[in-house]
Amino acid sequence: MKDSLLHFIHSLFESLRDLLPILLVIAFFQLVILQQPIPNLGELLYGSFLVVLGLTLFVQGLEMGLFPLGESMAYAFARKGSVLWLLAFAFALGFGTTIAEPALIAVAEEASKVAAAHGAIENSLQAMEAYADGLRYTVALSVGIALVIGVLRIVFGWAIQYLIIGGYFGVVVMTAFAPEEIIGIAYDSGGVTTSTITVPLVTALGVGLASSIKGRNPMTDGFGLIAFASLTPMMFVMGYGMVIG
Amino acid sequence: MLNLLHTLSDTIFDVLPIVVIIFGFQFLVIRRQIPHLGRVLLGFVYVLLGLALFLDGLEIALFPIGKLMAQQLTDPVFIYGKIADVAMTLHWQDYMYVYLFAASIGFATTIAEPSLLAVAIKAQEVSGGAIGVWGLRIAVAIGVALGIALGTFRIVTGTPLHYYIMVGYIIVMLQTIFTPKTIIALAYDSGGVTTSTVTVPMVAALGLGLASTVPGRSPLLDGFGLIAFASLFPMITVMGYAQISHWRATRALKKSQ
Repeated sequence: MKDSLLHFIHSLFESLRDLLPILLVIAFFQLVILQQPIPNLGELLYGSFLVVLGLTLFVQGLEMGLFPLGESMAYAFARKGSVLWLLAFAFALGFGTTIAEPALIAVAEEASKVAAAHGAIENSLQAMEAYADGLRYTVALSVGIALVIGVLRIVFGWAIQYLIIGGYFGVVVMTAFAPEEIIGIAYDSGGVTTSTITVPLVTALGVGLASSIKGRNPMTDGFGLIAFASLTPMMFVMGYGMVIG
Repeated sequence: MLNLLHTLSDTIFDVLPIVVIIFGFQFLVIRRQIPHLGRVLLGFVYVLLGLALFLDGLEIALFPIGKLMAQQLTDPVFIYGKIADVAMTLHWQDYMYVYLFAASIGFATTIAEPSLLAVAIKAQEVSGGAIGVWGLRIAVAIGVALGIALGTFRIVTGTPLHYYIMVGYIIVMLQTIFTPKTIIALAYDSGGVTTSTVTVPMVAALGLGLASTVPGRSPLLDGFGLIAFASLFPMITVMGYAQISHWRATRALKKSQ
C-alpha cells in the first residue's frame, strides 16, 4: 500500500514535469512580452492540478488497461489464424473510432462553410450538413481502410517506406487536380483522426501482432499503423472534394 | 464539478464505439476470456477518468489564456502600434514574436501530449531502451515547434501550402534512404500522434487569429494547414534524431577499436 502510494506520488511529479513547459511559455509571454498580469491565477492553478492528476491516471490506466488489451487481442487473433476476422476488426476499429471523433466533427463543419463560401455546394444549412456528414463518413472510411492496409503490411512483412512514399506521391498528384479550397482541409484531416484512446490501442495492437507472427520484428514492423491512418484521409478528402466540387 | 461530470460523460460517449467493437469481437469472434479482466477494466476506468480530468483542466486553465494570448500577439495594435489596413505594406519580420510563440507553444504542448507519451513508452519498451521516452518526445517536440513556426510564417506571407508540404515530403523521402531501417515506421507514426488533445486547440486559435488579422488573409482559406505542418516535421526530426544517434554510436565503436 505504501509502495503504491509512493509510486503514485512519483507519477504525479512526472506529470507535473510534463506540464511545466506550457506553464513557463504562458508565463514568459504574458509577463515579459505582452507585459500583462496573468488573469485568474486561481483558475490556472486549479486547472493545472486537474491536468496533472488526469495525466497521471491516464498513464496508469494505459499500462493496466489499454496496452494489455491491445496486445491480448493481437495474440488472440494471431492464434486464431484468421486474417479475415483480423482485418474486419481493424476496419471496425478505424471506422468506429473516427466517426465519433469530436475534432473531426469540428473540422467537417468548418469545411462545409468553406465549400459553401466557394459555391461548391448550395449555401443552405441542409446542403452544408449533408456535405459535413459526407466528409465525416469519407474520413472514417479512409481510416478503416488505412488500418486494414497497415495490418496486412504487418502480416505479410511489406516494407513500410514504399507504401507511405507511394501514398505521398498520390497526395502530391491529387493536389494538382483537387479544388484549391479543399487542399488545406485535406492536409489537416490527416492529423485530427487519431485520438488519445485510439493511439495507444492501435500501437499495442501493431506491436502485439508483430511480436506474435514469426519472422516479424516488433520495432520495424509493429509501428506504422498510425502513419497509414494519417495518410489516407488526405487522399480521400481530396477525392471527396473532386467528386462533390 | 458539474463541468467535470459533463466532460466525463462526453469522454465515455466518445469511447463507446471502441468498447462496443472490442467487446463485440471479444465475445463473438475470439470467444476467450481477457486475461486479468478486472485489472484491465480498472485500467479503462483510470483512462476515462484521467482523460476527463485532463480535458477539464485544460479547459479551465490553459485554453482560455492560450487563446487570449494568441489573439493579443496577432493583434495589429500589438504588432504595428495601430490598426492595420489592406493598403499598408506587410513585413513578415514584424511577426517575430508570433513565430517565437508558435515554436514555444508547439514544443510545450507536444511534451504534454498523452498519445505521444503512450507511443514513446511503447517504443522504449520494444527497442529495449535504445529509443528513450524523452529522446523521442523531445525530437517530436522540436519537429512540431519548427513546423508550427513555419506554418505561421506561411500564413503571414500567404504562400501556397502545398509547396511547403511537397518540399517536406521530398526531405522525408531522402531521409528514409539514409535512416536506420528500425526507426522508419516509428518516425512515420510520430507524425500522426503529435496533434491531438492539447496541441490542436491551442494551434487552431493561433492560426485563426493570424488569418483574421493579417491584412489580405481570409480565415476560411488561410487558417488551415498548421496541423499539416505539425504532422510533417516530426517525421523529419525523428529520423534526424535516429541518424545522429546512429552516427554517434558508430563513431564511438570506431574509436574504441
